Amino acid sequence: MSQTIICKPEGMRDNHTHYCPGCTHGAIHRLVAEVIDELGLRETTVGVAPVGCSVLCYNYFNMDFLEAAHGRAPAFAVGMKRIRPDLNVFTYQGDGDLASIGTNEILHAANRGEKITVIFVNNAIYGMTGGQMAPTTLPQQVTTTSPMGRNVEEAGWPIRVRELLSTLRTPAYIARGSSHSPQWLIRTKQYIRKAFQYQKSNTCFSLVEVLSTCPTNWGMTPVESTEWLADNMIPYYPLGELKTPEVEDGATKKMLEVN
Amino acid sequence: MAKKLMKGNEAIGEAAIRAGALHYFAYPITPQTEVAEYLARRMPEVGGVFLQAESELGASNMLFGAAASGKRAFTSSSSPGISLMSEAISYITCAELPTVLINVCRAGPGLGGILPSQGDYLQSTRGGGHGDYHLLVLAPATVQETVEHIMMAFDLADKYRNPVMIFADGLIGQMMEPVDFDAVPVSKPMDHSSWAATGAKGRDPHIVKTLYLNPIDNEKHNIHLAEKYERMQVEARHEIYGGLGKPELIITAFGTSARVAKTAIDQLNEEGVDVALFRPITIYPFPFKALAELAKKKHVKTLLSVEMNSGQMIEDVRLATQSKKPIHFFGRQGGIVPSPEEVVEAVKKLL
Ligand SMILES: Cc1ncc(C[n+]2csc(CCOP(=O)(O)OP(=O)(O)O)c2C)c(N)n1
Ligand code: SF4
Repeated sequence: MSQTIICKPEGMRDNHTHYCPGCTHGAIHRLVAEVIDELGLRETTVGVAPVGCSVLCYNYFNMDFLEAAHGRAPAFAVGMKRIRPDLNVFTYQGDGDLASIGTNEILHAANRGEKITVIFVNNAIYGMTGGQMAPTTLPQQVTTTSPMGRNVEEAGWPIRVRELLSTLRTPAYIARGSSHSPQWLIRTKQYIRKAFQYQKSNTCFSLVEVLSTCPTNWGMTPVESTEWLADNMIPYYPLGELKTPEVEDGATKKMLEVN
Repeated sequence: MAKKLMKGNEAIGEAAIRAGALHYFAYPITPQTEVAEYLARRMPEVGGVFLQAESELGASNMLFGAAASGKRAFTSSSSPGISLMSEAISYITCAELPTVLINVCRAGPGLGGILPSQGDYLQSTRGGGHGDYHLLVLAPATVQETVEHIMMAFDLADKYRNPVMIFADGLIGQMMEPVDFDAVPVSKPMDHSSWAATGAKGRDPHIVKTLYLNPIDNEKHNIHLAEKYERMQVEARHEIYGGLGKPELIITAFGTSARVAKTAIDQLNEEGVDVALFRPITIYPFPFKALAELAKKKHVKTLLSVEMNSGQMIEDVRLATQSKKPIHFFGRQGGIVPSPEEVVEAVKKLL
């Protein structure tokens, strides 16, 4: 008798991704798809793709999708969720998309407590356009538009989205995970599961920031990239949950505790 | 139902509800804020959604998300807000989402002023945002006609899977007039289940997108859109008003300026001056053929475009008439509505 130990989640298609070798976008997709599978949400989900390297993520996710204008994914998601509160609606956004051109949309979606889930992939750079400085680029980090390294006197300090959004009084689930190690992938998956559960129970807005690599534009091998992430990004972007609102309903409470 | 006295902006909100559009996203801007205020009260009564967005960028991109569900949704704004919405309008048009936008036009450019204007004629009839696209644009001249246009707009949007814009102005928005909501039959929204994003239950996923990286695919999509705009030309509507049988001069005017022109024409006709009005009711598609036929009549010696801008519609009047007859212009700008007397004077100068 054969037993399936591991297989592609139903939430993913059979297509090969276009991501560069060692890029962790693919791994993060898988976490999201697994959670959607496990919660039985695939047929009632509408995802919103950003503009960035993951613009084509609907070719990999096996579910309904909208493709947003740059930075506007939260507004797209809000429009959909408000008209179809019964659906599970999530955005998948990069750091240029969410933390630069789309700051207004994400801030107000969070502040209104929109019942959507945001997967925020922070790789400290603009991947798709070829490695320009992002609002999340670290101090002294070299990019094509900060060739001498990010000068915080001029460009300001990198924005910590998890911390920024946590200052809002409106209840929200906000956490930061990372894709640099198997342990953290497992932990991040738990965060993502919680985020979707918060939405499922109609409790609050939820956002999981995931630290990610961009070997191509960082100019590193995949292994060097994960090391660089651990050594440089995590000290500036500490991992963990920052806001975990109380849930009234007992069943959801229990599910959230399991993690 | 009996006629009801209503302010234009409130009638706009009610008309959309009557057309079955129960989802509204907007950001306040004079002179259309009463649409939002009316719907903030009214939507909860009808089980609809009123959402004050963080900006017109937010409102219009929410409109994309809502329209992608296949249900009727709409927004309204005024000129500076429409400029911000141009991003989403381009995406909505590319994704072929049926939806309705109302521009209660005010004076520009820049912050301009809050008084009525028709300064967004070219912006709304040429697209306004990036890329090759058009909105179907209806230009009502009264509150009653605005109501009728809004109710028709959702059907037209369904029919062409294209956004429809109502080009009103601050005068229409602020004016109180009797309205009859039963003048337009309410039709059932079209079934959009073949493409709308509703959750991939028992079917392949639906993707609502605008990216065509392969130039061949992108060209194909652009050709498909262009063919649609060609098909849309049959929706061109116009009205011919006044005249004593063989008008020497044709006034071309739309919306509020056409309404003013009508008063001027009444007076001129009474004095025995043979002048008539050609009023485009759709400004995209522009009623080219009808205007061409009228203008080529022997007795028509000259045309006068009356607008609340610097003469933007003249481009279309010229296209229609191939410049075979002289085209003159009279307009007021900056938020000033021309008076009938000024129009009478402008006509008399030409005859
Ligand atoms: C309005 C607009 N401005 C700029 C761009 C160009 N652009 C495409 S992707 C991108 C940055 C994406 O970076 P990020 O969000 O960090 O995602 P990543 O590619 O790193 O995953 C930019 C600036 C665009 N498509 N639209
Ligand atoms: S450019 Fe960077 S973010 Fe984009 S696919 Fe390649 S590695 Fe990933």
